Amino acid sequence: MPHILELTGIAKEYYGNRVLKGVDLAVGEGEIVCLVGENGAGKSTLMNILFGMPVVHSTGGFSGSVKIGGKSVEIDSPFKAMACGVGMVHQEFMLLPGFTVSENIKLNRELTRPTALSRAVGGLDEAAGRRLERLDHAAMDADARAALARVGLEVSEDTTVGTLPVGHKQFIEIAREVDRKNARLLVFDEPSAVLTESEAERLLETMRALASDGIGILFITHRLDEVMAVADRIVVLRDGERVAELKKSEASVQRIAELMVGRKIEKRELPPRSFEVSDKEMALDLQDLKVEMPGEPVTGVSFTVRRGEIFGIGGLAGYGKLGVANGVAGIYPSGGRVLKDGEDLPLNDPAGALRRRVAFLSEDRRGVGLLLDESIELNIGLTSLQVQGKFLQSWLPGLSLLDRGNLRGHAREMIEWLDIRCVGPDQPVRRLSGGNQQKVCIAKAITLDPDLLFVSEPTRGVDVGAKQRILDELVALNRERRMTIVVTSSELAELRSVCDRIAIVARGKVSRVLAPDAPDVDFGLAMAG
Amino acid sequence: MIHPYEPDLLGFARRHAVPVTFVALCLTLCVLSGQGPAFLAGEVVTRLVRNSFTTLSLIVPVLAGLGLNFGIVLGAMAAQMAVIAVVHWNMSGLSGFLAAAALAVPLALVFGWLVGLLFNRAKGREMVTGLIASFFANGLYQLLFLFLVGTLIPFHDPGLLLPEGYGLRNTVNLAPVNYALDDILSATWIPHQGVTWAVGGAKKADSAPSVELPNPVAQNTSGQGTPVKVPIGTFVVIAGLCLAIGALMSTKLGQDMRAVGQDMHIAEIAGIPVDRTRLIAVAISTVLAAWGHLVYLQNMGTLNTYSSHEQIGMFGVASLLVGGASVTRATVWQALLGTLLFHTLFVTSPLAGKTLMGDPQIGEFFRVFVAYGVIALALALHAWRGGNQK
Repeated sequence: MPHILELTGIAKEYYGNRVLKGVDLAVGEGEIVCLVGENGAGKSTLMNILFGMPVVHSTGGFSGSVKIGGKSVEIDSPFKAMACGVGMVHQEFMLLPGFTVSENIKLNRELTRPTALSRAVGGLDEAAGRRLERLDHAAMDADARAALARVGLEVSEDTTVGTLPVGHKQFIEIAREVDRKNARLLVFDEPSAVLTESEAERLLETMRALASDGIGILFITHRLDEVMAVADRIVVLRDGERVAELKKSEASVQRIAELMVGRKIEKRELPPRSFEVSDKEMALDLQDLKVEMPGEPVTGVSFTVRRGEIFGIGGLAGYGKLGVANGVAGIYPSGGRVLKDGEDLPLNDPAGALRRRVAFLSEDRRGVGLLLDESIELNIGLTSLQVQGKFLQSWLPGLSLLDRGNLRGHAREMIEWLDIRCVGPDQPVRRLSGGNQQKVCIAKAITLDPDLLFVSEPTRGVDVGAKQRILDELVALNRERRMTIVVTSSELAELRSVCDRIAIVARGKVSRVLAPDAPDVDFGLAMAG
Repeated sequence: MIHPYEPDLLGFARRHAVPVTFVALCLTLCVLSGQGPAFLAGEVVTRLVRNSFTTLSLIVPVLAGLGLNFGIVLGAMAAQMAVIAVVHWNMSGLSGFLAAAALAVPLALVFGWLVGLLFNRAKGREMVTGLIASFFANGLYQLLFLFLVGTLIPFHDPGLLLPEGYGLRNTVNLAPVNYALDDILSATWIPHQGVTWAVGGAKKADSAPSVELPNPVAQNTSGQGTPVKVPIGTFVVIAGLCLAIGALMSTKLGQDMRAVGQDMHIAEIAGIPVDRTRLIAVAISTVLAAWGHLVYLQNMGTLNTYSSHEQIGMFGVASLLVGGASVTRATVWQALLGTLLFHTLFVTSPLAGKTLMGDPQIGEFFRVFVAYGVIALALALHAWRGGNQK
């Protein structure tokens, strides 16, 4: 099988930090190769190199060779990559919301017809002339329809993309790459992260169909069952090295997960508590809490959380489980009554909740949780600084200044304790991988020194290895600092592995509170309401 | 929930909050001004002729994501330089006007290119950058015409220079090119008497009263019989510009501009030359603004050397906003409607102020108040509507 893509000995440093240490990777014609690895293993950097992203070249380039179709090429811009027949289905959509489906599919590859003016100008300057040609919308629409049919998406080509659901956008991205006449290699960067189950299924089918047309596919994903479903070969990256390459017949989910993490995953017993949790001491008492959170409305939730326990909130998406924590933390308008340690907690007052030592890690890490362009240390310290006046020094009465030394020391401590993989405390948070960003959020919450911590979707967008670490850290916070923790998660297995009790929210109300070892059927029934 | 196709007045008003508000305001002021429809129609036609072209010149940069291009003041400066040269060379009539238009192009291209380079270094802050750049350019303009002309630059034209022998006069008489474009074909409507047509300004001498600009305050009471002159020629040119903008946006270049306007990053990834596309958009806008200013000047008949260009950016922007355009969306219809509404406000507000307060001074205050208040109100209404959509 001829190779479409051959990467040999790719190495890359960012500011002295070696993120790729001589990686080899090949993709054959009509072959689906899965690239798996933990967040921070170097997958994104490898793809940035393949696409000639400016970030690679502005930080000193890379070493190693790239061959496409057997020929050595130097890819120094995304445009060059596209010219070589490499297409990318981005994780963040590269679609213009105000353009129609057809305009997006044909972006910068519009079909045009010459006009009198374009011919005249073209005589002087060919490129300028071409830009003055008229768009041929009918031909563009026809091509777009063909591409949409190939990816199996039934949507009118003149719909404005901004109005479409997320799942559709993903398929439009694919249609755009498929429409490229010279497309030889398609890279799918975690495309299924935003898809529903049935859409993800269809995505895999589309990938198989494209591969059977002779297009090589490089598939990056965290979902190992998907890997098992479509991969011809599996390449595992860990810490910038290619640690294994498996044929499909040699692979199993367990094996891949082991290789990725590099240590055995096993069901662990939770460490014992040195204190007792009893029904007498209530940390939190919700009485008919109502929250107006778009997409996750809470219509009346009541439950109590005992001091020192880890309490889980589970349920289906859109049924209101996320609204509970957001309501207590004051992010969305809420009503009802919340008692913390027996006293009323003011609602709709985020600062008030923080002052009462209630901390909240939002499920919207990048939107609400972090200031992406600020440093790790500032992200860790900012809320405490604002609410509790930590890390401030006062030279004059009424004038407080940031105590940088103190903050940096604290940040270093946190980085070490939580094993945040970064260049230093002054690195912008945007550059960190998902798992490490979540750890920064946890560090921020710890810095607040809360006695009640709400955590929403702590492992969303985080890979297998980091997932376990984050859960371990939550347990450690509970056991060592006696912190009461309320975890909200869509992954029931995760809740059942760390929680003492789990409330299942359905249609905006608590349908049952269950023990983690309750039978599966009970959970199933409770989730359905 | 309201069905989208049902006639729904409240929904319409909410979607078009800005123009609806200003239409209401205009009607109120028209009534308060106490003027007859003929006077108002005449005033509004004059204002449309003068200002629509300039307002239209703002559309292209809005679509290319540069926001409202305050840099068009530099286009106006290019136009003034060109028209001064034409007057100095004793050219007149339509040929003089066309010569000025041709001469303004290279000047405006250079200015627009420079402004575009500046904008590319200040992405996301184009509007405030343009505003400040126009103040700065005004300084250079004054240095050039107030001091350098006649000293460093050999230029001797007693008709244009100040008595000191250097520096241009405060006002330049543009009589040679006055109505050069308007009079290609014009129709004059006199109430109760019908319409007379004139080609090439042939009837100009006969219809002398209509040539004089009606002074809004003086003609306050005798508005009934005022003839209304409609310069068809200029309106044809403006219509041509509207079509040309539409044609431009349907080319590959136009599509690239729209793509860059929506998201520079995505456009860049798709291989569209973002910086160059933005430069072209600013250059086009500056050239159009120069032509627009020439259309304005030929109608005015006089050039205030040091102030004619100053308000061009502000008034153009205000007109576009009043028409319901925003910093990211604009159409030719919004530009035309906005010019109509803004200048109606501008004409009627001092009259209404005078009627209400009985003092012309306060009327003048109303005019200034309206000009800037309109911009603030339009922006506030946009923000309010934007907030509603979330």
